[in-house]
Amino acid sequence: MSQPVNETPPAPRGIEKAPTGIRGFDEITQGGLPRGRPTLVCGSAGCGKTLFGLEFLVRGATQFDEPGAIVSFEENIEELTQNVASLGFDLDELVAQKKLVIDYVHVERSEIEETGEYDLDGLFVRLAYTIDSIGAKRIVLDTLEALFAALPNEGILRAELRRLFRWLKDRGVTAVITGERGDGALTRRGLEEYVSDCVILLEQRVRERVATRYLRVVKYRGTSHGTNEYPFLVQEDGISVLPVTSLGLTHVASDERISTGIPRLDAMLGGKGLYRGSSVLLSGTAGTGKTSLSAYLVAAACKRGERVLYFAFEESQSQIIRNMRSIGVDLKPYVDGGLLRYQTARPTLFGLEMHLATIHRQVDEFGPSMVVVDPITNFMAIGSELEVSSMLMRLIDFLKSRLITGVFTSLTGGGNALERTDVGVSSLMDTWLLVRFLEGNGERNRGLYVLKSRGMQHSNQVREYVLSERGIELLDVYAGSSGVLTGAARLAQEAKERAEAQLRLQEMERKQRELERKRALLEAQIAAMRAQFEAEEAEMTTTSREHAQFEKELSRDREDLARARHADAARDTTHVHVNLNGGAE
Amino acid sequence: MKTALADVYRPEGALGGDDVWEMRLYIAGQTRKSLAAIANLTRLCEEHLQGKYRIEVIDLLEQPQRAQGDQILAIPTLVRKLPAPMRKIIGDLSNTDRVLVGLDLRAR
Repeated sequence: MSQPVNETPPAPRGIEKAPTGIRGFDEITQGGLPRGRPTLVCGSAGCGKTLFGLEFLVRGATQFDEPGAIVSFEENIEELTQNVASLGFDLDELVAQKKLVIDYVHVERSEIEETGEYDLDGLFVRLAYTIDSIGAKRIVLDTLEALFAALPNEGILRAELRRLFRWLKDRGVTAVITGERGDGALTRRGLEEYVSDCVILLEQRVRERVATRYLRVVKYRGTSHGTNEYPFLVQEDGISVLPVTSLGLTHVASDERISTGIPRLDAMLGGKGLYRGSSVLLSGTAGTGKTSLSAYLVAAACKRGERVLYFAFEESQSQIIRNMRSIGVDLKPYVDGGLLRYQTARPTLFGLEMHLATIHRQVDEFGPSMVVVDPITNFMAIGSELEVSSMLMRLIDFLKSRLITGVFTSLTGGGNALERTDVGVSSLMDTWLLVRFLEGNGERNRGLYVLKSRGMQHSNQVREYVLSERGIELLDVYAGSSGVLTGAARLAQEAKERAEAQLRLQEMERKQRELERKRALLEAQIAAMRAQFEAEEAEMTTTSREHAQFEKELSRDREDLARARHADAARDTTHVHVNLNGGAE
Repeated sequence: MKTALADVYRPEGALGGDDVWEMRLYIAGQTRKSLAAIANLTRLCEEHLQGKYRIEVIDLLEQPQRAQGDQILAIPTLVRKLPAPMRKIIGDLSNTDRVLVGLDLRAR
């Protein structure tokens, strides 16, 4: 859509439009159907063509003061009246008030013999008469294709149809012409050939045994329009088309902060809690206490006197109330007091779009300031990730536009990365709280993280999340060298730390003593070595003295020997000695 | 509708003498087709049903409300009200054979 979406109702530019009053449709087409021109609504059997036309007329008559006429070629007046009575449309009443006229055109080919030239002036006269009888501004022809079965000469018929559409335009009535879907073409009889202003396609598809109807504006001359396929619903009060971006991102953000009911969690969220009208995702694996956490948010809102609408897809109302009582949250008074309403259903009961519409309707009816969807993951059973994500986006947009705080719990699968799953909606969420188990030492303890929280200074710390009969408590976790510890391990770690400190002190003392001992030992060793050295020194002195004595004695002995040999000892000895040393002999 | 065989197929000559044929011819204004239809019908009746037919010409431009009763779409349309069952013939009645078949004045 190129036009700003906050212009509601969008200012008609160029083409004048007739609002249909069908929820969501006027947003897609920025105002409704082209006024005074024919629109072709085509689709296969049972996709809601007739209903679309009838609602267009009924809303026109009741809301826009435009009387309408339906010319039915298939169903008679009683059938039509009965079919839409379940939607709260009282056709008889409108007919009595001259706001609606029904003309049943019945033709059977077997009754007709063609005997020459003819035209469809009879039909024109009837239409003119019907329109004039109440001054109809809107007309529905359902479905012109019946004429092909009734009249034998297709050549004449086609020429007359062309004239009919021209005639309708000239009359200035806003017309809806329905047509049966054909193979490979929009309509079986090629009616799209005659209607060039606006073509709307309705389809019904079954996926995972859940049927969903879709609407698409195939063509809308002279106007911009949403080109997507929009799911639509047939409900107790008519058709609801659910445009993906009907609300856009124009909602006003509130500065008001609301408490989560858990003071420490408020502290983690910038000290003040959540923003009113924001979207909150609580994710975690099974049994991490997502429902308990949401029960706190619910109780806090109810305590403020606000209304809360709780969509529970896993547990019944009484089960939730019982379980929450076990953690000290009593929700029953709020339910009894009309502040809290539970809407419990299995997600697989209806299609995604039905759920969305149900939520819309309930919100409209109850007017809550907080909506809890617990859990959104169950929608995955009935739609693809893309569809679920698109549905949640629309839901969040819707809630935000009403300044309703949305709380969504999401079950994270065991095998998946904790921060991945969450059906791709985390980007839609303003605040994301993750509860995960921190395993270790044979225990599983819960840790709470604030993964993100837009527009506030939030804590980056993990808190241990303890559920007891006293309620939810958030404790500091032990974050030390051995990682993050919680529960008994945290207690053990703290004791261990104390013991370790004691031990370190003792160790220090022991080391001190050891050092003293070593010093003593060293000194003893030094003394011993010195003693030994002194002993050696003493011995050395003795030896040298002995050696001198020995030399002296040796010399004396030699002299004694020489004397005994009667030699001139001193010279001889000297002579021999020289000879020996010179080696010259 | 209970239909006896005799009602469905009533060949020429099997008509009782007292039977009066009641026919309505729907037209919308004095167009060429309308005038042709009136002329053709009158001629056929004179030839086949002399003295025992009654023709009512209804101009829808003057009486538009009457289009609903006989479920008229095509113009001109000839409706045989009597004898039963009702027969509808569309066109300017220029194809005499088909008119006779359509009116059960000739076997199909």
